[in-house]
Amino acid sequence: MEFVVRGITDYQEPGVFIAFEEKIDDLRKNFKSMGFDLDELVRGKKLVLDHITIDRSEIAETGEYDLEGLFIRLGAMIDEVGAKRVAIDTLEALFSGFSNEAILRSELRRLFLWLKDRGVTAVVTGERGDGTITKYGLEEYVADCVITLDHRLMNQIATRRLRIVKYRGSIHGTDEYPFLISSDGISVLPITSLSLTHKASAERISTGIPRLDTMLGVKGYYRGSSILVSGQAGTGKTSIAATFIDAACRRGERCLFFIFEESESQLLRNMKSIGINLEPWVKTGLLKFHAVRPTAYSLEMHLSVMLKLIGEFGPRVVAVDPISNLYPIGDDIQVRSMLMRLIDFAKALQITGLFTNLSNNTDAGAYAVEPTEMHVSSLMDTWLILKNVEGNGERNRAFTIIKSRGMVHSNQLREFVLSDKGIQLLDVYKGREGVFFGSSRMAQESREIDDRLRRNEETERKKREIESKRKLMEIEIEMLREKYAREEKDMKILIGQDISRERAEAEIAREIATQRQVDR
Amino acid sequence: MPSVPKTHRTPKKKEEPVNEAWILRLYVAGQTRNSLIAFENLRKICEEHLECQYTIEVIDLQKNPQLARDHQIIAVPTLIRKLPTPVKKIIGNLSNTEKVLVGLDLRMMSR
Repeated sequence: MEFVVRGITDYQEPGVFIAFEEKIDDLRKNFKSMGFDLDELVRGKKLVLDHITIDRSEIAETGEYDLEGLFIRLGAMIDEVGAKRVAIDTLEALFSGFSNEAILRSELRRLFLWLKDRGVTAVVTGERGDGTITKYGLEEYVADCVITLDHRLMNQIATRRLRIVKYRGSIHGTDEYPFLISSDGISVLPITSLSLTHKASAERISTGIPRLDTMLGVKGYYRGSSILVSGQAGTGKTSIAATFIDAACRRGERCLFFIFEESESQLLRNMKSIGINLEPWVKTGLLKFHAVRPTAYSLEMHLSVMLKLIGEFGPRVVAVDPISNLYPIGDDIQVRSMLMRLIDFAKALQITGLFTNLSNNTDAGAYAVEPTEMHVSSLMDTWLILKNVEGNGERNRAFTIIKSRGMVHSNQLREFVLSDKGIQLLDVYKGREGVFFGSSRMAQESREIDDRLRRNEETERKKREIESKRKLMEIEIEMLREKYAREEKDMKILIGQDISRERAEAEIAREIATQRQVDR
Repeated sequence: MPSVPKTHRTPKKKEEPVNEAWILRLYVAGQTRNSLIAFENLRKICEEHLECQYTIEVIDLQKNPQLARDHQIIAVPTLIRKLPTPVKKIIGNLSNTEKVLVGLDLRMMSR
C-alpha cells in the first residue's frame, strides 16, 4: 500500500490496489493509522481499490478455464485512472481458491507478462514458505525483484526486518535491514548507507560553565561534535547536560532533550533545585523534551522516533540522558550501531550531541571503564568522566576531561559543586602536599594561610635581627677604627721619637768623632 | 463457427410437471475456444437434464468489462445459476458433465 499511495502523493502516478483478503472498509480503517487517507485518493480518481473474494466452496471446477476475468477487471481498473502502479495482495489467495495448479501457474506467468506489457510496475505479496521463498513458488514467475519480510522477537522486543533477495538488473544491498511501520508510513534504516562525509565545523560553543570552556581549549565544544559524559550514579551527569542545554537556549538555539530515566517534570524540578531553570525555554518552544521508558519499544523504533523528531523540530543541540538505559534492549553491537547512526545523522546536520552514560564500576578505580563504554566512547569527540572523590569521611564531586578531539584540553582533575547557582568549578587547590578536595581542602587552605602568616612574621623578625646585628657591627667597626686611629697615632709618635733619637745619637756620634779627630 | 446467441429458450414440454424457471448465466471473454465449448456443453446439459423452462444468458466480459467487477468474476468461463436460489457458481468449460450436474444440483432432478 505504501508503494501505491506514495506513488500517488509523491510521484503523481495513479495506482490500483487489489485485495484478496481484506475488505475495502478494513483497508480504509487500517491504513488510516499509517496516515493514508484512501477515501480521498479514491475520490480524487487517483486510486482504485478493489476487493475480490474467492471462496473455494462456492466454486466447482468443471473443465478447462482461464483467469481472463481477472485480467479484464485489472485492465478496467488500470484504465479507469491511468494507473502506473499496481499492488496485488495477495496472490496466495488464488492458490487457495482454485485447485488446478497447472492452470494457475500458467495464468500467473501470463499475468506478469501482461502487467509488464501494460507498462505498470506491480508489487505482489505472497506468503513465506518453509524453506522456500514463497509457499507456492511464486518467485519463479515474478521476474524482477524479490523482497522478504521478517518479524522477529529479540530480547522480548519485536523487530521487523526486510531483505532484498534478488533484484535483476541492479546492484542491491543484500543485508537484512530493520524497518518500522509508524504513523507516517514505513521507514527503513540501513546502516551501510551512512558514509563518513560530514563536514567538521570550526565553530565553538559554550558548555554553559565558563571555567569548563577554558579547560576545553579556552572555547568549549566544537559545534556538531559528540560529547560523552559518563560517571557513576549521582555524579552530576544530568546537571552537566542541562547546563549545556540552558546555555544553548540562551543563545536562541533549539534543543531536543531525550530522557530515558526521568519524566520531563521530574527533570525540570531537579534542575531547578540547582539553579538551572529550563521551563521558560520549554514555554517559548526552544526546548523540547521526549521522555520514554527504553523498554517501550525496539532500538529501531527508538532510533526512528528520534530521527523523526530531530527532522521535524530542527534542533541545533540534542541531548540523550542516559544512553546506558538502552543496553537492556539490545546487545552491545546493536546499541553501538544505533548510536552510530544517530550521531552520524546529527553530524550531517551539524547538530551537537551530548550523551550521558551511567558507569557501573563501583569497586574499580574511578577511571576504570566498562567495555561497552569503551566502544561507545570511540564514537564521541569529547569525553568527560565525572567521579566522586572520597576521603576524609566525605565525598566531593570532581571530573576530568579524558579526551577532546581537535583541541588542547586541560588534564586536571577538577572539583565542582552543585549549588543553587548551578555548576561551579572550584579553584584547583594544589598545595605543597598534593591536590585537595572538599573540607580537607578548606582545612588545608586555612593551614597554609597560617603557615604563611607565621613565615611572614618569622621573616620580619629575622629582618629586625639582622638590622640590629648590622647596627652592632657598625658600632664595632667604628670602635675598631677609633682604636686603630689611636694606635696609629701612638705608633706615629713612637716612630717619630725613634727617628729623632736615632738622629740625636747619630749627631752625638759625629760630635764625638770630631772631638777625637778619628779617622773613619 | 456458430455465433453465440444472447438467449435461448426451449418450449415447454406438455407432459412434465412445471418447475420454476431456471436462469443460467454464462460469462465468457470473447469467442474463445473454451467459451464456445462451454456454451455447447451447457446447451446439451440443459436439453438433457432440465425439464423446465430455462434461460441462458451469455455475458461477454470483453464487451462489458465492468461486470467482471460487479459480479465478481475471475475465471472464465463461469456459469452462474441465478434461479432457483441458492446461487451456484461453476467455472470451467463444463466438459465434466458429472461435476456440472452436481454443481447445479441437477442430480436430484434427473431420473
